[in-house]
Amino acid sequence: MSEGIIYWLQQALNALQLGSIYALIALGYTMVYGILTMINFAHGDVFMIGAFFCFLLSSTLNLTFVPTLLLTMIGTAILGVLIERLAYKPLRQAPRVSAIITALGVGMFLENFTLALAPYPKHIPMLLENVTWNFYGITLSSIQLVIISLSLGLMLLLDYIVQRTTIGMAMRAISWDKTFVPLMGIPVDFIISITFAIGAGLAGAAGTMYALAYPVIDPYMGIMVGWKAFICAVVGGIGNIRGAMAGAFILGTVEIMVVAFFPSTFRDFVAFTLLMVLIMVRPYGILGKPRIQKV
Amino acid sequence: MNKNTNLQLEVCNLEVHYDGIQALHGVSFTINKGEIVTLIGANGAGKSSILRAISGITPFNGDIIFEGQNLKSVPAHAIVGLGIAHVPEGRGVFGNLTVKENLQLATWQRKDKEAINSDYEHIFTLFPKLKLRARQLAGTLSGGEQQMLVVGRALMSRAQLLLLDEPSMGLAPKLVQDIFSIIQEINAAGTTVLLVEQNANMALRIATRAYVLEVGHVVLTGSGLDLLGNPRIKAAYLGT
Ligand SMILES: Nc1ncnc2c1ncn2[C@@H]1O[C@H](COP(=O)(O)OP(=O)(O)OP(=O)(O)O)[C@@H](O)[C@H]1O
Ligand SMILES: [Mg+2]
Repeated sequence: MSEGIIYWLQQALNALQLGSIYALIALGYTMVYGILTMINFAHGDVFMIGAFFCFLLSSTLNLTFVPTLLLTMIGTAILGVLIERLAYKPLRQAPRVSAIITALGVGMFLENFTLALAPYPKHIPMLLENVTWNFYGITLSSIQLVIISLSLGLMLLLDYIVQRTTIGMAMRAISWDKTFVPLMGIPVDFIISITFAIGAGLAGAAGTMYALAYPVIDPYMGIMVGWKAFICAVVGGIGNIRGAMAGAFILGTVEIMVVAFFPSTFRDFVAFTLLMVLIMVRPYGILGKPRIQKV
Repeated sequence: MNKNTNLQLEVCNLEVHYDGIQALHGVSFTINKGEIVTLIGANGAGKSSILRAISGITPFNGDIIFEGQNLKSVPAHAIVGLGIAHVPEGRGVFGNLTVKENLQLATWQRKDKEAINSDYEHIFTLFPKLKLRARQLAGTLSGGEQQMLVVGRALMSRAQLLLLDEPSMGLAPKLVQDIFSIIQEINAAGTTVLLVEQNANMALRIATRAYVLEVGHVVLTGSGLDLLGNPRIKAAYLGT
Protein backbone atom coordinates (compact mmCIF):
# COMPACT_ATOMS: atom_id res chain seq x y z
CA MET A 1 0.00 0.00 0.00
CA SER A 2 1.13 3.53 -0.63
CA GLU A 3 2.37 5.65 2.25
CA GLY A 4 -0.54 8.05 1.85
CA ILE A 5 -3.22 5.41 2.28
CA ILE A 6 -1.44 3.91 5.24
CA TYR A 7 -1.21 7.33 6.84
CA TRP A 8 -4.92 8.00 6.40
CA LEU A 9 -5.97 4.59 7.61
CA GLN A 10 -3.86 5.14 10.68
CA GLN A 11 -5.56 8.49 11.23
CA ALA A 12 -8.97 6.90 10.73
CA LEU A 13 -8.16 4.37 13.41
CA ASN A 14 -7.16 7.15 15.79
CA ALA A 15 -10.36 9.01 14.97
CA LEU A 16 -12.36 5.88 15.73
CA GLN A 17 -10.73 5.61 19.15
CA LEU A 18 -11.40 9.24 20.04
CA GLY A 19 -14.91 9.13 18.60
CA SER A 20 -15.73 6.03 20.65
CA ILE A 21 -15.00 7.81 23.90
CA TYR A 22 -16.93 10.91 22.87
CA ALA A 23 -19.84 8.73 21.79
CA LEU A 24 -20.12 6.96 25.13
CA ILE A 25 -20.34 10.31 26.89
CA ALA A 26 -22.54 11.99 24.29
CA LEU A 27 -25.12 9.21 24.73
CA GLY A 28 -25.69 10.26 28.33
CA TYR A 29 -26.39 13.86 27.34
CA THR A 30 -28.75 12.87 24.59
CA MET A 31 -30.67 10.25 26.59
CA VAL A 32 -31.31 12.61 29.49
CA TYR A 33 -32.30 15.36 27.10
CA GLY A 34 -34.61 13.00 25.24
CA ILE A 35 -36.46 12.05 28.37
CA LEU A 36 -36.44 15.29 30.41
CA THR A 37 -35.55 17.96 27.80
CA MET A 38 -32.82 18.95 30.20
CA ILE A 39 -29.09 19.32 29.60
CA ASN A 40 -27.27 17.50 32.35
CA PHE A 41 -24.19 19.69 32.57
CA ALA A 42 -22.79 17.58 35.39
CA HIS A 43 -22.39 14.66 33.00
CA GLY A 44 -18.78 15.47 32.02
CA ASP A 45 -17.89 15.35 35.70
CA VAL A 46 -19.56 11.96 36.08
CA PHE A 47 -17.12 10.83 33.39
CA MET A 48 -14.27 12.29 35.49
CA ILE A 49 -15.57 10.48 38.60
CA GLY A 50 -15.55 7.32 36.48
CA ALA A 51 -11.83 7.80 35.83
CA PHE A 52 -11.24 8.29 39.56
CA PHE A 53 -13.29 5.19 40.44
CA CYS A 54 -11.08 3.39 37.97
CA PHE A 55 -8.01 4.74 39.76
CA LEU A 56 -9.30 3.69 43.19
CA LEU A 57 -10.27 0.21 42.08
CA SER A 58 -7.14 -0.50 40.10
CA SER A 59 -4.46 1.13 42.22
CA THR A 60 -5.88 0.93 45.75
CA LEU A 61 -7.71 -2.37 45.48
CA ASN A 62 -5.42 -3.82 42.83
CA LEU A 63 -8.29 -5.08 40.72
CA THR A 64 -7.73 -6.15 37.13
CA PHE A 65 -9.29 -4.54 34.09
CA VAL A 66 -12.64 -6.32 33.83
CA PRO A 67 -13.75 -5.96 37.47
CA THR A 68 -12.47 -2.38 37.46
CA LEU A 69 -14.55 -1.55 34.41
CA LEU A 70 -17.70 -3.24 35.72
CA LEU A 71 -17.49 -1.75 39.21
CA THR A 72 -16.75 1.70 37.78
CA MET A 73 -19.82 1.49 35.58
CA ILE A 74 -21.97 0.38 38.51
CA GLY A 75 -20.50 3.14 40.67
CA THR A 76 -21.18 5.93 38.20
CA ALA A 77 -24.64 4.49 37.45
CA ILE A 78 -25.51 4.80 41.15
CA LEU A 79 -24.01 8.30 41.19
CA GLY A 80 -26.15 9.28 38.19
CA VAL A 81 -29.33 8.04 39.87
CA LEU A 82 -28.45 9.87 43.11
CA ILE A 83 -27.77 13.12 41.25
CA GLU A 84 -31.16 12.92 39.54
CA ARG A 85 -33.06 12.02 42.71
CA LEU A 86 -31.40 14.56 44.99
CA ALA A 87 -30.71 17.49 42.70
CA TYR A 88 -32.94 17.38 39.61
CA LYS A 89 -36.15 15.67 40.66
CA PRO A 90 -37.18 18.38 43.16
CA LEU A 91 -36.84 20.89 40.31
CA ARG A 92 -38.82 19.03 37.67
CA GLN A 93 -41.67 21.56 37.73
CA ALA A 94 -39.33 24.54 38.17
CA PRO A 95 -38.26 26.83 35.31
CA ARG A 96 -35.77 25.12 33.04
CA VAL A 97 -32.98 27.55 33.86
CA SER A 98 -33.09 26.40 37.52
CA ALA A 99 -32.35 22.84 36.48
CA ILE A 100 -29.46 23.99 34.26
CA ILE A 101 -27.91 26.08 37.02
CA THR A 102 -28.30 23.14 39.40
CA ALA A 103 -26.59 20.84 36.94
CA LEU A 104 -23.66 23.24 36.65
CA GLY A 105 -23.57 23.38 40.44
CA VAL A 106 -23.55 19.59 40.75
CA GLY A 107 -20.64 19.53 38.28
CA MET A 108 -18.64 22.03 40.33
CA PHE A 109 -19.45 20.09 43.48
CA LEU A 110 -18.07 16.90 41.93
CA GLU A 111 -14.93 18.68 40.69
CA ASN A 112 -14.17 20.32 44.00
CA PHE A 113 -15.08 17.29 46.04
CA THR A 114 -12.59 15.30 43.98
CA LEU A 115 -10.03 18.10 44.21
CA ALA A 116 -10.32 18.09 47.99
CA LEU A 117 -9.64 14.37 48.13
CA ALA A 118 -7.11 14.24 45.31
CA PRO A 119 -5.27 17.56 45.00
CA TYR A 120 -2.59 16.14 42.67
CA PRO A 121 -3.07 14.34 39.35
CA LYS A 122 -3.23 10.56 39.71
CA HIS A 123 -1.49 7.92 37.66
CA ILE A 124 -3.52 4.91 36.68
CA PRO A 125 -1.55 1.66 36.72
CA MET A 126 -1.25 -0.29 33.48
CA LEU A 127 -4.51 -2.21 33.38
CA LEU A 128 -3.87 -3.91 30.07
CA GLU A 129 -0.70 -5.28 28.61
CA ASN A 130 0.14 -2.89 25.83
CA VAL A 131 0.73 -5.00 22.76
CA THR A 132 0.93 -3.44 19.32
CA TRP A 133 0.23 -5.16 16.04
CA ASN A 134 1.41 -4.02 12.66
CA PHE A 135 -0.67 -4.55 9.52
CA TYR A 136 1.08 -3.30 6.40
CA GLY A 137 2.45 -0.37 8.36
CA ILE A 138 -0.74 0.47 10.26
CA THR A 139 -0.25 0.03 13.98
CA LEU A 140 -3.04 -1.06 16.26
CA SER A 141 -2.50 -1.22 20.01
CA SER A 142 -4.30 -3.56 22.38
CA ILE A 143 -5.64 -0.49 24.20
CA GLN A 144 -7.05 0.92 20.97
CA LEU A 145 -8.62 -2.40 20.13
CA VAL A 146 -10.23 -2.66 23.56
CA ILE A 147 -11.52 0.92 23.50
CA ILE A 148 -13.01 0.64 20.02
CA SER A 149 -14.55 -2.81 20.34
CA LEU A 150 -15.89 -2.28 23.86
CA SER A 151 -17.43 1.06 22.92
CA LEU A 152 -19.04 -0.33 19.81
CA GLY A 153 -20.33 -3.27 21.85
CA LEU A 154 -21.85 -0.97 24.46
CA MET A 155 -23.43 1.18 21.75
CA LEU A 156 -24.99 -1.84 20.07
CA LEU A 157 -26.29 -3.00 23.45
CA LEU A 158 -27.79 0.41 24.15
CA ASP A 159 -29.38 0.56 20.74
CA TYR A 160 -30.89 -2.84 21.38
CA ILE A 161 -32.23 -1.78 24.78
CA VAL A 162 -33.78 1.39 23.40
CA GLN A 163 -35.23 -0.10 20.22
CA ARG A 164 -36.19 -3.61 21.30
CA THR A 165 -36.99 -3.83 25.01
CA THR A 166 -40.07 -2.62 26.88
CA ILE A 167 -37.89 -0.38 29.04
CA GLY A 168 -36.56 1.25 25.89
CA MET A 169 -40.09 1.56 24.56
CA ALA A 170 -41.10 3.34 27.77
CA MET A 171 -38.10 5.69 27.40
CA ARG A 172 -39.15 6.55 23.87
CA ALA A 173 -42.74 7.09 25.00
CA ILE A 174 -41.58 9.46 27.75
CA SER A 175 -39.48 11.39 25.27
CA TRP A 176 -42.58 11.87 23.15
CA ASP A 177 -44.87 12.97 25.96
CA LYS A 178 -44.52 12.26 29.67
CA THR A 179 -48.04 13.17 30.73
CA PHE A 180 -49.83 10.06 29.54
CA VAL A 181 -47.13 7.49 30.26
CA PRO A 182 -48.45 6.73 33.78
CA LEU A 183 -51.79 5.83 32.16
CA MET A 184 -49.99 2.85 30.63
CA GLY A 185 -49.19 1.65 34.14
CA ILE A 186 -45.57 2.70 33.75
CA PRO A 187 -43.78 4.33 36.70
CA VAL A 188 -42.15 7.33 35.04
CA ASP A 189 -39.70 8.01 37.88
CA PHE A 190 -38.36 4.50 37.61
CA ILE A 191 -37.73 4.88 33.88
CA ILE A 192 -36.04 8.23 34.48
CA SER A 193 -33.75 6.58 37.05
CA ILE A 194 -32.91 3.79 34.61
CA THR A 195 -32.06 6.40 31.99
CA PHE A 196 -29.70 8.23 34.33
CA ALA A 197 -28.16 4.93 35.40
CA ILE A 198 -27.46 3.88 31.81
CA GLY A 199 -26.14 7.29 30.78
CA ALA A 200 -23.87 7.57 33.82
CA GLY A 201 -22.79 3.93 33.48
CA LEU A 202 -21.64 4.63 29.92
CA ALA A 203 -19.80 7.73 31.15
CA GLY A 204 -18.09 5.47 33.71
CA ALA A 205 -17.02 3.14 30.92
CA ALA A 206 -15.74 6.15 28.99
CA GLY A 207 -13.80 7.33 32.06
CA THR A 208 -12.16 3.92 32.40
CA MET A 209 -11.21 3.79 28.73
CA TYR A 210 -9.95 7.34 28.73
CA ALA A 211 -7.77 6.44 31.70
CA LEU A 212 -6.42 3.48 29.73
CA ALA A 213 -5.39 5.72 26.86
CA TYR A 214 -4.32 8.79 28.88
CA PRO A 215 -3.38 7.44 32.32
CA VAL A 216 -2.88 10.76 34.13
CA ILE A 217 -6.19 12.02 35.54
CA ASP A 218 -7.23 15.17 37.38
CA PRO A 219 -10.52 16.59 38.71
CA TYR A 220 -10.95 18.98 35.79
CA MET A 221 -10.52 16.44 33.01
CA GLY A 222 -14.30 16.15 32.58
CA ILE A 223 -14.91 19.75 31.63
CA MET A 224 -13.41 19.91 28.14
CA VAL A 225 -14.27 16.32 27.25
CA GLY A 226 -17.79 16.89 28.58
CA TRP A 227 -18.28 20.00 26.46
CA LYS A 228 -17.07 18.21 23.39
CA ALA A 229 -19.34 15.24 23.98
CA PHE A 230 -22.23 17.63 24.52
CA ILE A 231 -21.46 19.24 21.18
CA CYS A 232 -21.38 15.80 19.57
CA ALA A 233 -24.86 15.20 20.93
CA VAL A 234 -26.09 18.52 19.54
CA VAL A 235 -24.45 17.97 16.17
CA GLY A 236 -26.08 14.56 15.91
CA GLY A 237 -29.45 16.00 16.91
CA ILE A 238 -29.93 16.17 20.68
CA GLY A 239 -32.29 13.50 21.95
CA ASN A 240 -31.38 11.20 19.08
CA ILE A 241 -29.26 8.24 20.16
CA ARG A 242 -27.89 7.24 16.79
CA GLY A 243 -27.28 10.94 16.12
CA ALA A 244 -25.08 11.20 19.21
CA MET A 245 -22.96 8.33 17.95
CA ALA A 246 -22.70 9.91 14.49
CA GLY A 247 -21.80 13.30 15.99
CA ALA A 248 -19.08 11.73 18.12
CA PHE A 249 -17.39 10.01 15.20
CA ILE A 250 -17.60 13.23 13.18
CA LEU A 251 -15.92 15.22 15.94
CA GLY A 252 -13.30 12.50 16.44
CA THR A 253 -12.51 12.58 12.73
CA VAL A 254 -12.41 16.38 12.55
CA GLU A 255 -10.03 16.60 15.50
CA ILE A 256 -7.66 14.01 14.11
CA MET A 257 -7.72 15.60 10.66
CA VAL A 258 -7.06 19.08 12.03
CA VAL A 259 -4.00 17.83 13.84
CA ALA A 260 -2.86 16.16 10.64
CA PHE A 261 -2.89 19.47 8.76
CA PHE A 262 -2.37 22.22 11.34
CA PRO A 263 -0.35 22.75 14.50
CA SER A 264 -2.04 20.80 17.31
CA THR A 265 -3.01 24.01 19.12
CA PHE A 266 -5.46 24.63 16.26
CA ARG A 267 -7.40 21.49 17.08
CA ASP A 268 -10.20 22.77 19.30
CA PHE A 269 -10.49 26.09 17.51
CA VAL A 270 -11.02 24.48 14.11
CA ALA A 271 -13.16 21.68 15.47
CA PHE A 272 -15.53 24.01 17.30
CA THR A 273 -15.77 26.37 14.34
CA LEU A 274 -16.65 23.55 11.98
CA LEU A 275 -19.28 22.29 14.37
CA MET A 276 -20.81 25.73 14.69
CA VAL A 277 -21.07 25.97 10.93
CA LEU A 278 -22.69 22.55 10.86
CA ILE A 279 -25.25 23.64 13.43
CA MET A 280 -26.01 26.77 11.44
CA VAL A 281 -26.68 24.68 8.36
CA ARG A 282 -28.61 21.99 10.23
CA PRO A 283 -30.01 23.56 13.40
CA TYR A 284 -31.64 20.30 14.53
CA GLY A 285 -28.47 18.31 14.01
CA ILE A 286 -27.69 15.60 11.52
CA LEU A 287 -30.37 13.13 12.57
CA GLY A 288 -32.59 15.40 14.66
CA LYS A 289 -35.97 16.49 13.31
CA PRO A 290 -38.02 19.44 14.34
CA ARG A 291 -41.28 18.28 15.81
CA ILE A 292 -44.49 20.24 15.66
CA GLN A 293 -45.17 21.59 19.11
CA LYS A 294 -48.10 19.77 20.64
CA VAL A 295 -50.85 21.57 22.53
CA MET B 1 -73.42 4.76 53.55
CA ASN B 2 -74.18 2.90 50.41
CA LYS B 3 -74.95 -0.76 50.89
CA ASN B 4 -74.99 -1.45 47.21
CA THR B 5 -72.67 -4.43 46.65
CA ASN B 6 -72.54 -3.62 42.96
CA LEU B 7 -70.83 -0.34 43.67
CA GLN B 8 -67.58 -0.02 41.77
CA LEU B 9 -66.55 3.60 42.03
CA GLU B 10 -67.58 6.19 44.55
CA VAL B 11 -66.56 9.83 44.16
CA CYS B 12 -67.19 12.02 47.23
CA ASN B 13 -66.80 15.78 47.42
CA LEU B 14 -64.22 15.86 44.68
CA GLU B 15 -62.38 19.16 44.35
CA VAL B 16 -59.71 19.98 41.81
CA HIS B 17 -57.71 23.20 41.78
CA TYR B 18 -55.36 24.54 39.12
CA ASP B 19 -53.05 27.33 40.26
CA GLY B 20 -55.74 28.90 42.39
CA ILE B 21 -58.60 28.28 39.92
CA GLN B 22 -61.10 25.84 41.33
CA ALA B 23 -62.40 23.58 38.55
CA LEU B 24 -64.47 21.13 40.65
CA HIS B 25 -66.51 22.23 43.67
CA GLY B 26 -67.33 19.07 45.58
CA VAL B 27 -68.55 16.63 42.95
CA SER B 28 -70.08 13.37 44.16
CA PHE B 29 -71.36 10.44 42.12
CA THR B 30 -71.25 6.67 41.93
CA ILE B 31 -70.77 4.04 39.27
CA ASN B 32 -72.00 0.48 39.55
CA LYS B 33 -70.38 -2.53 38.00
CA GLY B 34 -71.44 -3.08 34.42
CA GLU B 35 -72.90 0.37 33.87
CA ILE B 36 -72.23 2.94 31.21
CA VAL B 37 -72.29 6.25 33.04
CA THR B 38 -71.94 9.44 31.08
CA LEU B 39 -70.93 12.94 32.17
CA ILE B 40 -72.55 15.77 30.24
CA GLY B 41 -71.49 19.39 30.48
CA ALA B 42 -70.43 22.47 28.58
CA ASN B 43 -66.80 23.19 27.70
CA GLY B 44 -64.87 23.88 30.86
CA ALA B 45 -67.49 22.31 33.14
CA GLY B 46 -64.84 20.02 34.62
CA LYS B 47 -65.52 16.68 32.93
CA SER B 48 -61.92 15.94 31.99
CA SER B 49 -60.76 17.07 35.41
CA ILE B 50 -62.91 14.36 36.98
CA LEU B 51 -61.41 11.66 34.79
CA ARG B 52 -57.88 12.90 35.40
CA ALA B 53 -58.46 12.86 39.16
CA ILE B 54 -59.75 9.28 39.01
CA SER B 55 -56.78 8.04 36.99
CA GLY B 56 -54.38 9.85 39.29
CA ILE B 57 -52.77 12.33 36.90
CA THR B 58 -54.33 15.39 38.59
CA PRO B 59 -54.15 15.98 42.37
CA PHE B 60 -57.49 16.36 44.15
CA ASN B 61 -59.25 16.84 47.47
CA GLY B 62 -62.09 14.59 48.56
CA ASP B 63 -62.29 10.84 48.15
CA ILE B 64 -62.31 8.49 45.21
CA ILE B 65 -63.01 4.92 46.21
CA PHE B 66 -62.56 2.14 43.68
CA GLU B 67 -63.64 -1.37 44.67
CA GLY B 68 -63.38 -0.36 48.32
CA GLN B 69 -59.91 1.14 48.02
CA ASN B 70 -59.28 4.85 48.46
CA LEU B 71 -57.21 6.11 45.51
CA LYS B 72 -56.07 9.25 47.31
CA SER B 73 -52.44 8.29 47.78
CA VAL B 74 -52.13 5.74 44.99
CA PRO B 75 -49.80 6.85 42.17
CA ALA B 76 -51.23 6.92 38.65
CA HIS B 77 -49.27 3.93 37.36
CA ALA B 78 -50.51 1.78 40.24
CA ILE B 79 -54.12 2.83 39.59
CA VAL B 80 -53.82 1.18 36.17
CA GLY B 81 -52.81 -1.99 37.99
CA LEU B 82 -55.97 -1.79 40.12
CA GLY B 83 -58.06 -1.97 36.96
CA ILE B 84 -58.78 1.54 35.70
CA ALA B 85 -57.87 2.56 32.15
CA HIS B 86 -58.13 6.15 30.94
CA VAL B 87 -58.40 7.27 27.34
CA PRO B 88 -57.42 10.92 27.65
CA GLU B 89 -58.90 13.82 25.73
CA GLY B 90 -57.14 14.61 22.48
CA ARG B 91 -55.02 12.02 20.84
CA GLY B 92 -52.65 10.59 23.35
CA VAL B 93 -50.79 8.23 21.02
CA PHE B 94 -47.03 8.03 21.24
CA GLY B 95 -46.24 9.21 17.73
CA ASN B 96 -42.65 7.96 17.72
CA LEU B 97 -43.71 4.39 18.53
CA THR B 98 -45.33 1.93 16.16
CA VAL B 99 -48.99 1.02 16.50
CA LYS B 100 -48.05 -2.37 17.93
CA GLU B 101 -45.64 -0.77 20.41
CA ASN B 102 -48.35 1.61 21.57
CA LEU B 103 -50.56 -1.37 22.34
CA GLN B 104 -47.72 -3.28 23.93
CA LEU B 105 -46.89 -0.38 26.24
CA ALA B 106 -50.24 -0.74 27.97
CA THR B 107 -49.40 -4.33 28.96
CA TRP B 108 -46.50 -3.13 31.15
CA GLN B 109 -48.03 -4.53 34.34
CA ARG B 110 -49.36 -7.74 32.82
CA LYS B 111 -47.47 -11.01 32.95
CA ASP B 112 -49.98 -13.31 31.18
CA LYS B 113 -48.22 -13.53 27.86
CA GLU B 114 -50.72 -15.78 26.11
CA ALA B 115 -53.72 -13.71 27.12
CA ILE B 116 -51.86 -10.63 25.90
CA ASN B 117 -51.40 -12.19 22.47
CA SER B 118 -55.07 -13.07 22.21
CA ASP B 119 -55.90 -9.51 23.29
CA TYR B 120 -53.90 -8.13 20.36
CA GLU B 121 -56.00 -10.30 18.08
CA HIS B 122 -59.15 -9.08 19.79
CA ILE B 123 -58.14 -5.42 19.29
CA PHE B 124 -57.28 -6.13 15.67
CA THR B 125 -60.70 -7.65 15.05
CA LEU B 126 -62.38 -4.64 16.68
CA PHE B 127 -60.21 -2.27 14.63
CA PRO B 128 -59.00 -4.03 11.46
CA LYS B 129 -57.33 -0.79 10.31
CA LEU B 130 -54.90 -1.07 13.18
CA LYS B 131 -53.81 -4.50 12.05
CA LEU B 132 -52.88 -3.15 8.64
CA ARG B 133 -50.92 -0.35 10.28
CA ALA B 134 -49.35 -2.39 13.08
CA ARG B 135 -45.75 -1.65 12.10
CA GLN B 136 -46.35 1.96 11.15
CA LEU B 137 -45.44 4.86 13.44
CA ALA B 138 -48.54 5.95 15.34
CA GLY B 139 -47.82 9.58 14.48
CA THR B 140 -48.49 8.82 10.82
CA LEU B 141 -52.03 7.51 11.45
CA SER B 142 -55.05 9.60 10.55
CA GLY B 143 -56.92 11.26 13.39
CA GLY B 144 -59.64 8.62 13.41
CA GLU B 145 -57.11 5.80 13.36
CA GLN B 146 -55.28 7.39 16.29
CA GLN B 147 -58.55 7.49 18.18
CA MET B 148 -59.05 3.77 17.53
CA LEU B 149 -55.53 3.16 18.74
CA VAL B 150 -56.02 4.94 22.06
CA VAL B 151 -59.24 3.03 22.69
CA GLY B 152 -57.56 -0.24 21.72
CA ARG B 153 -54.60 0.59 23.90
CA ALA B 154 -56.81 1.20 26.91
CA LEU B 155 -58.39 -2.22 26.36
CA MET B 156 -54.94 -3.86 26.44
CA SER B 157 -54.66 -3.19 30.16
CA ARG B 158 -57.77 -5.35 30.75
CA ALA B 159 -59.39 -2.74 32.94
CA GLN B 160 -62.61 -3.28 34.89
CA LEU B 161 -63.39 0.42 34.57
CA LEU B 162 -62.77 2.31 31.35
CA LEU B 163 -62.69 6.12 31.41
CA LEU B 164 -63.33 7.56 27.95
CA ASP B 165 -62.81 11.28 27.34
CA GLU B 166 -64.53 12.32 24.12
CA PRO B 167 -63.69 9.22 22.09
CA SER B 168 -65.72 10.48 19.13
CA MET B 169 -63.96 13.83 18.89
CA GLY B 170 -63.10 14.73 15.32
CA LEU B 171 -64.45 11.54 13.78
CA ALA B 172 -66.61 11.22 10.69
CA PRO B 173 -70.27 10.35 11.46
CA LYS B 174 -69.82 6.76 10.34
CA LEU B 175 -66.83 6.31 12.63
CA VAL B 176 -68.72 7.91 15.52
CA GLN B 177 -71.37 5.20 15.07
CA ASP B 178 -68.66 2.55 15.06
CA ILE B 179 -66.99 3.89 18.19
CA PHE B 180 -70.30 3.97 20.04
CA SER B 181 -71.16 0.42 19.08
CA ILE B 182 -67.69 -0.70 20.11
CA ILE B 183 -68.20 0.99 23.49
CA GLN B 184 -71.41 -0.99 23.88
CA GLU B 185 -69.60 -4.17 22.86
CA ILE B 186 -66.85 -3.57 25.39
CA ASN B 187 -69.46 -2.89 28.04
CA ALA B 188 -71.43 -6.00 27.16
CA ALA B 189 -68.23 -8.00 27.64
CA GLY B 190 -68.18 -6.86 31.26
CA THR B 191 -66.26 -3.57 31.39
CA THR B 192 -67.78 -0.66 33.25
CA VAL B 193 -67.59 2.60 31.27
CA LEU B 194 -67.44 6.22 32.36
CA LEU B 195 -68.00 8.21 29.20
CA VAL B 196 -67.48 11.92 28.61
CA GLU B 197 -68.96 13.16 25.35
CA GLN B 198 -69.80 16.37 23.52
CA ASN B 199 -72.20 14.27 21.52
CA ALA B 200 -74.74 14.22 24.36
CA ASN B 201 -77.45 12.73 22.23
CA MET B 202 -75.59 9.54 21.41
CA ALA B 203 -73.99 9.30 24.84
CA LEU B 204 -77.36 9.46 26.62
CA ARG B 205 -78.77 6.82 24.29
CA ILE B 206 -76.23 4.22 25.34
CA ALA B 207 -75.86 5.32 28.98
CA THR B 208 -77.35 3.50 31.92
CA ARG B 209 -77.17 6.70 33.93
CA ALA B 210 -75.90 10.22 33.42
CA TYR B 211 -74.70 13.16 35.47
CA VAL B 212 -74.95 16.73 34.25
CA LEU B 213 -72.13 19.01 35.24
CA GLU B 214 -72.16 22.81 35.34
CA VAL B 215 -69.11 24.83 36.34
CA GLY B 216 -67.76 22.17 38.63
CA HIS B 217 -71.06 21.08 40.23
CA VAL B 218 -73.33 18.12 39.53
CA VAL B 219 -76.69 19.76 38.78
CA LEU B 220 -78.78 16.88 37.51
CA THR B 221 -78.73 13.11 37.40
CA GLY B 222 -80.95 10.41 36.01
CA SER B 223 -81.10 7.53 33.60
CA GLY B 224 -79.92 8.17 30.08
CA LEU B 225 -83.42 8.02 28.68
CA ASP B 226 -84.85 10.34 31.37
CA LEU B 227 -82.31 12.99 30.55
CA LEU B 228 -82.88 12.58 26.83
CA GLY B 229 -86.46 13.60 27.42
CA ASN B 230 -85.69 16.35 29.92
CA PRO B 231 -86.60 19.77 28.41
CA ARG B 232 -83.72 21.52 30.16
CA ILE B 233 -81.21 19.03 28.75
CA LYS B 234 -82.83 19.24 25.34
CA ALA B 235 -82.42 23.00 25.30
CA ALA B 236 -78.89 23.14 26.70
CA TYR B 237 -77.11 20.09 25.29
CA LEU B 238 -79.14 18.45 22.58
CA GLY B 239 -79.95 21.51 20.52
CA THR B 240 -83.52 20.37 19.88
N1 LIG C 1 -53.93 22.39 33.54
C1 LIG C 1 -54.83 23.36 33.81
N2 LIG C 1 -54.42 24.56 34.32
C2 LIG C 1 -55.31 25.52 34.59
N3 LIG C 1 -56.62 25.40 34.41
C3 LIG C 1 -57.10 24.26 33.91
C4 LIG C 1 -56.22 23.16 33.58
N4 LIG C 1 -56.97 22.16 33.11
C5 LIG C 1 -58.24 22.58 33.15
N5 LIG C 1 -58.33 23.84 33.63
C6 LIG C 1 -59.55 24.63 33.82
O1 LIG C 1 -60.43 23.85 34.58
C7 LIG C 1 -61.76 23.96 34.09
C8 LIG C 1 -62.32 22.57 33.78
O2 LIG C 1 -61.53 22.01 32.73
P1 LIG C 1 -61.84 20.57 32.12
O3 LIG C 1 -60.77 20.27 31.15
O4 LIG C 1 -62.04 19.62 33.23
O5 LIG C 1 -63.21 20.86 31.37
P2 LIG C 1 -64.07 19.93 30.41
O6 LIG C 1 -65.42 19.84 31.01
O7 LIG C 1 -63.37 18.68 30.14
O8 LIG C 1 -64.13 20.83 29.11
P3 LIG C 1 -64.13 20.39 27.55
O9 LIG C 1 -65.51 19.96 27.23
O10 LIG C 1 -63.79 21.65 26.83
O11 LIG C 1 -63.13 19.32 27.38
C9 LIG C 1 -61.69 24.87 32.88
O12 LIG C 1 -62.10 26.15 33.27
C10 LIG C 1 -60.24 24.89 32.50
O13 LIG C 1 -59.85 26.10 31.98
MG1 LIG D 1 -62.51 17.87 28.50
